[in-house]
Amino acid sequence: MRRIISILLENEPGALSRVVGLFSQRGYNIETLNVAPTEDATLSRLTLTTIGDDRTIEQITKQLNKLVDVVKLVDLTEGAHIERDLMLIKVRASGGAARDEVKRTTDIFRGQIVDVGPNVYTIQLVGTGEKLDAFVAAMAEAEILEVVRSGVAGIARGEKVLRL
Amino acid sequence: MLSGGEMIARALEDEGVEFIFGYPGGAVLHIYDALFKASKIPHVLVRHEQAATHAADGYTRATGKPGVVLVTSGPGATNAVTGIATAYMDSIPMVVLSGQVASHLIGEDAFQECDMVGISRPIVKHSFMVRKPEDIPAMIKKAFHIATTGRPGPVVIDIPKDATRPDAKFEYVYPDAVKIRSYSPAQRGHTGQIKKAARLLLSAKRPVIYSGGGVVQGEASELLTQLARDLNYPVTNTLMGLGAYPGTDRQFLGMLGMHGLYEANMAMHNADVILAVGARFDDRVTNTVSKFCPGAKIIHIDIDPTSISKTVQADIPIVGPVQSVLTDLAEQVAQMRNKDAELPDQGALERWWQQIDEWRAKHGLWSGRRYGESEMIMPQQVIESLFRATGGNAYVTSDVGQHQMFAAQYYRFNHPRRWINSGGLGTMGFGLPAAMGAKLAFPEADVACVTGEGSIQMNIQELSTCTQYNLPVKIINLRNNYLGMVKQWQDMQYEGRHAMSTYEDSLPDFIKLMEAYGHVGMQVRKLDELDAKMEEAFAMKDKLVFLDIFIDPMEHVYPMHVAPNGAMKDMWLSKNERT
Repeated sequence: MRRIISILLENEPGALSRVVGLFSQRGYNIETLNVAPTEDATLSRLTLTTIGDDRTIEQITKQLNKLVDVVKLVDLTEGAHIERDLMLIKVRASGGAARDEVKRTTDIFRGQIVDVGPNVYTIQLVGTGEKLDAFVAAMAEAEILEVVRSGVAGIARGEKVLRL
Repeated sequence: MLSGGEMIARALEDEGVEFIFGYPGGAVLHIYDALFKASKIPHVLVRHEQAATHAADGYTRATGKPGVVLVTSGPGATNAVTGIATAYMDSIPMVVLSGQVASHLIGEDAFQECDMVGISRPIVKHSFMVRKPEDIPAMIKKAFHIATTGRPGPVVIDIPKDATRPDAKFEYVYPDAVKIRSYSPAQRGHTGQIKKAARLLLSAKRPVIYSGGGVVQGEASELLTQLARDLNYPVTNTLMGLGAYPGTDRQFLGMLGMHGLYEANMAMHNADVILAVGARFDDRVTNTVSKFCPGAKIIHIDIDPTSISKTVQADIPIVGPVQSVLTDLAEQVAQMRNKDAELPDQGALERWWQQIDEWRAKHGLWSGRRYGESEMIMPQQVIESLFRATGGNAYVTSDVGQHQMFAAQYYRFNHPRRWINSGGLGTMGFGLPAAMGAKLAFPEADVACVTGEGSIQMNIQELSTCTQYNLPVKIINLRNNYLGMVKQWQDMQYEGRHAMSTYEDSLPDFIKLMEAYGHVGMQVRKLDELDAKMEEAFAMKDKLVFLDIFIDPMEHVYPMHVAPNGAMKDMWLSKNERT
């Protein structure tokens, strides 16, 4: 089963490598990984998605908690949550018909064209991983030149917070 | 005001460090100079950095105090890696100070540069790199705190040379206490879980207490022994846990696992309740996990939550320090028995003991001879002789292989911290430097290193360190002219093809070698001279003695788990007999 694990990590050199190293060392998978500073300069927020059965996920969360640099973590998939992935996708768009088709599909998915060239469009799209996958599939007719995704960032719904 | 190097020297003193095991080199020369000028802590100069870590490790296992290692950058640091991994696998507290090239050179492939924090990452509990010299005292305090609390383990501090330069001085304050917001190991077990555990434990009809290295490390041997005696429950120890329960006691079943005793493995397999304390259901214990102890409910006490239900699912997990959990558990057990004097079921317990005694009589190690006859000395006889010569009170270190298993089976450890071996990583070359560490800690005690020709040659250069620091340990070399355990597996699984497991005629004359270092070497070839030579060796209190004991090279270690797909109860009992 796919899980979204959200981690508050000490903003220390080497902290990220300990998290990533743990996954390779113990044979766990990382599907996506997203990390950036928070409002507190001493902390980073890291969101990763992984796939495993309940026992594997339990071991993963326990092993992560054991890392000295991990301050707190939560498995967001255990409750209601919001997940967002950001994609930048560059597609070939030459000629009126092709350009119109790309524009139409982008509108349907509520994406934005953020850069325009004589032969290319760069589209920005935000949503769940599933939505992004669907968009890529919908673009099958067009020539995709580049896909960049941020990886999932997630947060719990309602009052529940992950903080010190 | 102190320089970075001086702060390191002072901080180690303030931490109460008794010995530093190390080897100087370019990146740590400022630190060495500071130690030379001001430190009262004796430094032990080894002959290879791996031995520094093993010596510190042996010191720690014998005393319970964290070991300290100081090595230079690059090869100094990489040579220490095997010893750090050894300590990590067996949860041994250790602080390793490694030199690093100057900050401005890091990343430039400078002379003797290597990314020690990166290389050691999977084998340390935590690591630090000094970025500002003024952080050194707090960092050292944190390192000792992390290494020694919770589930102990090694911590590396990587120190760029410029952080220790003598001309940059800082105010030195060694912190009294340390608080790390992201690190708070459990202090007590969950009361509700402990009550449930007490109830289950008292309902048992066929109980076994299975205790591991955590009981030794957690200083809980007395508590465990008391609880087991109060209940009259049988106890088995893991390789790491030997000595936690008295080895010669009636309730002791011996070691369990791959080379565990028949009665210990049979009792485990047939148990209805297993109390696992400070043990981690290692693959060398469980054999095939899906067939592990089919009828047993499992109570698992451990300080490390990741050890619980990692391989074998626990029915009642309890996370906490074994000392505090066992105290609470004993109290709950006492309360429940006060209310109901019938607990536990004495009739069932009596039948269980009868069953165990039948197993003991049938294939137990102590009822009848369990090894073959030979013109030559049998390895088991050597360990029995060692036990007699030392009154069972020696600190026994070992290397890795057949000799290690014979020592674990036949030296009946009655006290914790006397059995010092590399259990998890299985590091050949561990025994001699570990014996040095134990001897430094307890100069008056008998310290024996049980080894073989393969292992001893992996750190034999330390004979020179023993000369320099006058460390009269006794080396018991079980000489069979093979890599014995490799040979055993080749005999059993590769139709006796001994691929690269013999030295042919290349072994040195160990007697002459000992003399070259200023030690004493003795050969033993006949059984009737074994005891006398053993006693003679231990009577030479101020000499390192190497006993080169020629044993039957054909002997295998038994029992041995049948693998793959065997259960705890499936064992080879001799070359042609299995359960």
